[in-house]
Parts: sequence; C-alpha cells; structure tokens
Amino acid sequence: MSKPDQKRDYGFETRMLHAGHVPDAVTGSRAVPIYQTTSYVFDSPQYAAELFDLKQYGNIYTRINNPTTAAFEERIASLEEGAGAVATSSGMAAQLVTMMTLLEPGDEVVASQHLYGGTRTQFVHTFRKLGVTAHFVDPDDFDAWEAAINSKTRALYAETIDNPQGSVVDISRLAALAESNNCPLIIDNTFATPYLCQPLNHGAHISLHSATKFVGGHGNSIGGVIIESGRFDYSHYPTIANPSPSYHNLRFYDTFGLHGFLMKARVETVRDTGSCLSPFNAFLLIQGLETLSIRMDRHVKNAMAIARYLEDDPNVEYVAYPGLESSPYHELALRYCPRGPGAVFSFGLRGADPREAGRRFIEALNLFSHLANVGDARSLVIHPASTTHQQLSDEELVASGIDPGMIRLSIGLETEEDLLWDLDQALRAI
Amino acid sequence: MGSRSGAACDLTSHSLLTVEQKAEYQAPSLVRGTLGSASSVAIVGLSTKRQKASYFVATFLKSRGIKIIPVHPKADWILGEKVYPTLNDIPEPVDVVNVFRPAHECPIYAAQAVDIGAKVFWLQLGLFNEEAATIASAGGLDVIMDLCIKMEYGRYDGTMRFLGMNTGVLTSKKAQIGRISSHQDVHASECLL
Repeated sequence: MSKPDQKRDYGFETRMLHAGHVPDAVTGSRAVPIYQTTSYVFDSPQYAAELFDLKQYGNIYTRINNPTTAAFEERIASLEEGAGAVATSSGMAAQLVTMMTLLEPGDEVVASQHLYGGTRTQFVHTFRKLGVTAHFVDPDDFDAWEAAINSKTRALYAETIDNPQGSVVDISRLAALAESNNCPLIIDNTFATPYLCQPLNHGAHISLHSATKFVGGHGNSIGGVIIESGRFDYSHYPTIANPSPSYHNLRFYDTFGLHGFLMKARVETVRDTGSCLSPFNAFLLIQGLETLSIRMDRHVKNAMAIARYLEDDPNVEYVAYPGLESSPYHELALRYCPRGPGAVFSFGLRGADPREAGRRFIEALNLFSHLANVGDARSLVIHPASTTHQQLSDEELVASGIDPGMIRLSIGLETEEDLLWDLDQALRAI
Repeated sequence: MGSRSGAACDLTSHSLLTVEQKAEYQAPSLVRGTLGSASSVAIVGLSTKRQKASYFVATFLKSRGIKIIPVHPKADWILGEKVYPTLNDIPEPVDVVNVFRPAHECPIYAAQAVDIGAKVFWLQLGLFNEEAATIASAGGLDVIMDLCIKMEYGRYDGTMRFLGMNTGVLTSKKAQIGRISSHQDVHASECLL
C-alpha cells in the first residue's frame, strides 16, 4: 500500500490524458474547454498592473496566453518532462521564436545539415535578414561540429530523426558539446514525437515540434511548440541574463530562474511577433495527444512492416529507415527511439529513368495520398523530383540530398496488408 | 524565481538536493500545508527594487492576502510594509521565514527564526544549507529549501499553469476557487522543479 502523501510517478499514458488540465471549479468540465476568447477581464486595476508587470500568473491576452493553449503546453511539457512549454502558430514559428529569443544580430548557430528543407531555408535566408549566420555540418562528424563552433556560436541545432537521410542524432553527445560551449542544444523532435523520444531526458535543453504532424496526428491543424528543460544555466547567456529594455530592465533569468527562457519567449518574442497558436487548434492538438502512444505504436508497426517489404523488392534501390538493421543509424535509433524511429522515411526506385518511374509509381497508388505533409493518420506519399524539386536537374537534386527516384512515405494507421498491397501494385506498374 | 545573486547563483539544474533531501525538504504535503496555513511571511533580503525576484514574490504573496514583513538592513518601507533590520526586531508573530540571501548566511537566519518562534524556515530556489536546516529543525521548525514560494503557490492554486508551465499537479478532482487544494497529487519527477 502507498502512503497518502507518497508522490506517484504517473506513466506516460496517464499524463497524455490528465496533465495540464484540472476540471474547473465552476463547471467541472471534463474535456479541456475551448476558450475562444481574445481577452480576459481583470480582477482589479491593481491586479491588472501586477499582471502586466509579470508579478501575477494570469491570463493577459490570447496573443500571449490562453487557457486552452496552456493545457496543451503543460501537457506536452509533462510528456517530455520539461519545465514548461510555449505553443506557436506552426513548427516554423517554434523555430523562429526560439532563435529570436536566444539570438542577437552577429550571433551564429551550428546546425546539422540533415534538416527539413523549410528549416534550412529559414536558417539561411530569413536569419540572414536578422544578422544571424547558420553553419551546417554532417551530424555524425563531431570534429566538424567542434570546428564550426566559435566565440559567436549561441546554439546547436539538430533533428532527432531527419528526412530524407533517415539519420538519428547522438543527442547526449551533442548536448555535452553544447554545454561545454555555453550553448543550449535545440532538438527538433517532430518525427519522433514525445512518445518515441524525450530529448530533454538525454541532455537537450530545448525540444521543438511541428505539432501539425504526429502530435495532432489527423492532418487538421497547423501548430508548433517549444519545450524547455529549465536546466540550462543562462547566467552568462546575454539575451536571457541581461536586463530587458522592453520590460523595465527585467532580468528574466535572475527573476524567473528555470522559467526564464520560457517567460521571455512568451512575453517578448511571441507577444511581439504575433506567432500564437489559436485556441481551437490547441484543442485539436490536445485531442491528438490523448491518443499519441496508441497511434505511434501502430504507425511504427506499419512503418516497420513496409520498410522490410520494400527492402526486399527488386525495384527498390535503398530504404532509409533507421528501424532496419541495414541502416547505419540503427544503433542510435535503438538508443534514442527504442519503441521505433517514427513512421516517415524515404526509399529509392531503381530503373533506367528513376524520375519517370517515380511519377508512374505515384500515379498507380490508390490508398497513399499524394501531398506535401507528413504525420497524418492516413498514409502519405510524395516524389520530390516531380513535385517540390521538379525545377532541379538530376545533378542539382543529388547535390541537395535528393535523388531522382526518391519517394518519401509517411505511414498511416490503415490496415497493414492494404498498405502493402497498394505499394506492391504500384511497384509492379512502374 | 530564485535568489541568483552572489554565492547562490551557480544553479544549473532544477534542484541542488538529492532524492532523500527532496523528500525531507520539498515534500508536497509540507509545501502545501505551509502555503495553506501561512498568514505572515518575513522575507529576509527583500529588495527595494521592483524588478528583483524577491519583490515579485512579495507582491504575489500580498495579493493572496498573506502579510509580508520585510527584513532589510537599511530600508524603512517596502511595498507599503514596515521594514525591520533583523528578524529579531519583528514585534508580531511570524509563520514563515523566507530567505533571499546567500546560502552561507543562512545559519544566522535559522537561529533567529527559532528565537522568534516561526513555524517554517524556507530557503528560496537555488539556496541550500544543511547547517541552517539542522538549526531550524532542532528549534522545532519545518524546513523547506531550494524552492520558490511564489512558484509553489502558483503550482497549487493552479495559476502557474496559465503560463504553460509544468506544474506536475495531476488530478481528476474539481478545482476549488482560490484554494490551495490538499488532495492534489504531484507527478514525482516534476517535484524536481
């Protein structure tokens, strides 16, 4: 028997359903209510003054915080065991908010070169307008990481599992390198989800998601989230430690301690960039979180079966899925994603004209939806050489890490045999 | 919120304490009980500056109807409350002594807290001093260390979650308005906060 006051270490699934929401005192509403409001009546003029001075925890304005969004934030922070979270309008916004909170003009970031293309574009082109430089390195090459770090480096950045290479990053080793250079390590954990990997438990300081993907899980809402560990020492990190001119010289780390980064990200960066999540989308993302573990187990099971099937097909050149023993990242996948390395991966079609083979393959599929997204409950497919990257020559494609016959799959929750059937009949049609 | 000036600022994790020390000095029942019953808190090292952590904490506690008693060597009034140069100078009952001073000074405040008959000796987030804890415990006081009294209040009255922070509070019981609930359980690993 447990004692009445014994602290219970609640399991992941319990936190998926309960963390971040206590039934409210008036209605007792069991589901998280949708607080579709822009603003909140203040208790008194003095309370309002203290609220705007950040001396009270309270609702200010939905561009800064909202009770539905807060339930989503706390729930995902609980799942990844962070100090808290800040939700954003998209995954791209989560990255931008994180970087604008941490960086100043002249600062530099060192990032894995295995990144989502949109992230790379943001880091190269949008950062340049802000006076920030990003360097890209082979994530497996720790000499390259070290060589790229200099006195201006303020953050390291990588994805737990990337696409299309299907690489898995050594989070704890990278976290140690980051800490020895007084930098936080930022991990994009979108493809792993909080269920398959908890980067903060491996030493990362900030974890980001495009919640649009498996977190929401149903392809109905764009959203993002930033989760922070509260364990990084920002006392010598200029943007978080120094007095803030937009808050009467408040020193966020000195005053808020382990909540310093999160408070600054919310009340300065999200406030000023307007990149808040809508309460309705937060509600839909909460519905996704409530079934996350069950869905991810099924996504991974289907993905594994399909990866094995494709690996044995004569029309397939390679399968870049770290769940396969043949992947150079299999060991890292077992360490960081022991329940399976997600359900998004790429494979290459063989043939004299792989670009044409890819086009015919897409045309022949019946169940897989041809579109530019991943992490839906439904299975998705895209052939970059005939869609997103069609303007590039074969040589240019290869230079950007994409070959002409490359197909990207996001494996859904359909009947496994039906997915295998669909892929088989399409492979026979090319 | 923490006291991050001087010797107490080299904090890089959620807590300076071991698992055993957390069970002794950060037990949720002790924290909840203290917050639910305290009517006066003497704040040693309360700053006169509005942007310091201690000023935030004092403002917050006042708003919850808790009498704050500033202890500061030079100031006369802070937040409309009369300031006393030491704990021993306070002429009224003190429930909680809350400290925002460097850890090495804490044994002095522990001895004074015993002298004035306080009930709880509370060192802010980032502060830990075993000798001070021993003195206060021997004098019959409960001891809380390395926690912020404002964060803990916000955790248990539910307001900290308005800012997306991980309170670790997990319950299917209906909330009570403006009350520090006694039945809320806390997810154990979050008690590191």
